[in-house]
Amino acid sequence: MALTAAVLLATSLGLAACSSEDSADASIVTTNSGEPQNPLVPTNTNEFWGGRVVDRLFAGLKYYDANGKAHDEVAESIETTDRKNYRITIKPDWKFSDGTPVTAKSFVDAWNYGALGTNAQLQSYVFTEIVGFKDVSEAPPKAQTMSGLKVVDDRTFTVELVQPSIDFETALGYAPFYPLPEAAFKDIKAFGENPIGNGPYKFASNGAWQHNTQIDLVPNPEYKGGRPAKNKGLRFVMYQSFDTAYADLQAGNLDALDTIPDSALSSYKQDLGDRAITKPTAQNQKFGIQANVPHFAGEEGALRRKAISMAINREQICQNIFHGTRNPARDFTASTLPGFNGNLPGSEFLNHNPAEAKKLWAQADAISPWSGRFEIAYNSDGGHQAWIEAAANSIKNTLGIEAIATPYPTFKNIRDLVNAKTIGKAFRYGWQGDYPTMLQFLTSNYYSHSETNNVDWNNPEFDRLLNAALAAPTLEESHKLVGQAQSLMLQSMADIPVFDYVAAAGRSDKVKKAELAWNGLFDFENIEK
Amino acid sequence: MAWYVVRRLLQMIPVFLGATLLIYALVFLIPGDPIQALAGDKPMTPAVEAQLRARYHLDQPFIMQYLLYLKGIVTFDFGTAFSGRPVRDELARAFPITIKLAAMAVCIEAVFGVIFGLVAGLRKGKLFDSTMLVVSLIVIAVPIFVVGFLAQFLLGVKWGIAPVTVTGKASYTELLVPAFVLGSLSFAYVLRLTRNSVAENMSADFVRTATAKGLSRPRVVTVHILRNSMIPVITFLGAELGSLMGGAIVTEGIFNIPGVGGTLFQAITRGEPPTVVSFVTVLIIIFLVSNLVVDLLYAALDPRIRYA
Repeated sequence: MALTAAVLLATSLGLAACSSEDSADASIVTTNSGEPQNPLVPTNTNEFWGGRVVDRLFAGLKYYDANGKAHDEVAESIETTDRKNYRITIKPDWKFSDGTPVTAKSFVDAWNYGALGTNAQLQSYVFTEIVGFKDVSEAPPKAQTMSGLKVVDDRTFTVELVQPSIDFETALGYAPFYPLPEAAFKDIKAFGENPIGNGPYKFASNGAWQHNTQIDLVPNPEYKGGRPAKNKGLRFVMYQSFDTAYADLQAGNLDALDTIPDSALSSYKQDLGDRAITKPTAQNQKFGIQANVPHFAGEEGALRRKAISMAINREQICQNIFHGTRNPARDFTASTLPGFNGNLPGSEFLNHNPAEAKKLWAQADAISPWSGRFEIAYNSDGGHQAWIEAAANSIKNTLGIEAIATPYPTFKNIRDLVNAKTIGKAFRYGWQGDYPTMLQFLTSNYYSHSETNNVDWNNPEFDRLLNAALAAPTLEESHKLVGQAQSLMLQSMADIPVFDYVAAAGRSDKVKKAELAWNGLFDFENIEK
Repeated sequence: MAWYVVRRLLQMIPVFLGATLLIYALVFLIPGDPIQALAGDKPMTPAVEAQLRARYHLDQPFIMQYLLYLKGIVTFDFGTAFSGRPVRDELARAFPITIKLAAMAVCIEAVFGVIFGLVAGLRKGKLFDSTMLVVSLIVIAVPIFVVGFLAQFLLGVKWGIAPVTVTGKASYTELLVPAFVLGSLSFAYVLRLTRNSVAENMSADFVRTATAKGLSRPRVVTVHILRNSMIPVITFLGAELGSLMGGAIVTEGIFNIPGVGGTLFQAITRGEPPTVVSFVTVLIIIFLVSNLVVDLLYAALDPRIRYA
């Protein structure tokens, strides 16, 4: 009893001592986040919790505005005549927040650091296009720096690519291409804990990253680019679930929440009124079927994939299951990307058309009669059950075959089997754009030699069109060629696109303006309180 | 007595080894490759993959990984999380918060459970007693996440009189509502245990003797009835502290408390053996120690109990 009394006393004393709350943070915009998986080094940050912070701390050669349009940021000019050799000049007088200047070397050193195999940077693959990447990425590396990168003077450097790429220029706004200050290379571990950047924000103080709790950023007075902060600072609050974050948003403790939890999707528009925000985003969801699945090779496979695609009622799935937070897919990329065209020849195969689906399925049966059952694998840790089951149902009812949704416990389960090409059934997967170009979706997923070509799509004509699009002198011509390449894919239904994401977000009434950007994240710099 | 404590502490060594080996094996058996999971949908160059595999000893067979982990433990190196941070730092960050929460919950349930239980026991069969029986039945029947969400929604979102979530400071004020939620279930058990024990002791000979001696009512109640009724309650509370640490996972999730629960959950989904094993091992040790303390408290409460 004495013990209990003592503890009770201690507790009540503590209560008295800790009841004063600080209110100095009122002008800071609080927004939802989670604990970044890795230290905040741009070349090692490949997930969204870390990504949203890194993008605030650093400024690259380019930046993307809310609509996904790329603008020069640190770059003064990016010159090329052949889309293969680039000469990049940076603006004068840029400084990192520790006062050291941003030079051509800041970029070249950072990229070489990111590419070197022994540094084990998760984003190292983005440098694949640069000449000499092969040598630095081998184990053990044959060279320490990429031969395709050359510093000309303090403000100029040149880049040589393995093959022409119009995408490279747009990609320069993507995190792994950010510059790093000298201090980073002295102790990268310490740097990742307290990064020094040249972006619109900087760490509020050393140790502003309170692990599993929050990260505080304040505007960086040294920043000279086109997206200066319109607020007095950002606080990324780490939540264990979106449900909890939503409760905080409703109570007015959280200013901006970028994902409405599934449990509130049917009610958030009433709950939030004009504070509810939606915007289509560059992320898609599809079924892949590898060619080694029985009945899905060659001409027969193409017919069956088209039939399955037309058997799925995308509109119904988007409305009934997702309450309009998904849009039916119109191609293999996403509708928010520059150059998107929703009416490509062949996109009629993405319409719900049971009669046509049956006809195509019968044609395939004429080649080789259907046997077995159609399974779609999904990971049960990601909230995919409802729509996968709806799609399987739609296929079953339309084609009269046994179609079922097969759960796997975790996402990595499926990834292992897909990478090893042993999954033996259809599987759901998606792609989220790293930077706003259609070409990134296509080169990553469908280039015949891409490591992330999950569906073994291999078509020389497609590769040729993609190469031509990459080498195109202007974006308009490139987009035209991308359209032709996608038409080709639609004709054989390389993959079965199902829907694009529509971000559903919300803001508190303390925030005057908060908009979403092309990637479904907030346009953080422009949130006004 | 001292020998008893030493013997109990020595017994923890085989428990520690057995438990860590078991957990290590279980984490190892989780299907899927954690390094691939780090890459997500995106590609990873073979050199980077090999480098990461070697860094976390994932290129070694299971038993080697385990032995390397044990080797580290001797020097208080609990390994490295995939974030590159030492697991030791994670332990030092998460455990104090969860221990604080669990201790508050134990205090709340002990104080309220014992007081209400004592009053109910003294007034056995009266209105207060019956009301408490019904209340405790309801509390036992309702799952903790329902209590948690309700408390959060009503107190935090709707009426705004309590914080909705807990910040990194995890101050006592912020933890009050979560601690009440966490302690609610055991509160009902403590109440019932105390009530029955008190009701039983009311008619015991020593109570009648004490009253006959002319001792004041408060003295009879506190020194004679309550002290003797505390043995089953202390046993329960001791075992409870350990399970509360584990049970805090649900409460921590609802109120976003940056403690053991969330960290452990993330580590399990990422398949990080060092983090998972270290966290669970510390939980086991806390459980063992709190049981030891309970055993020692018996002697204090009942001088007839002595340890050889």
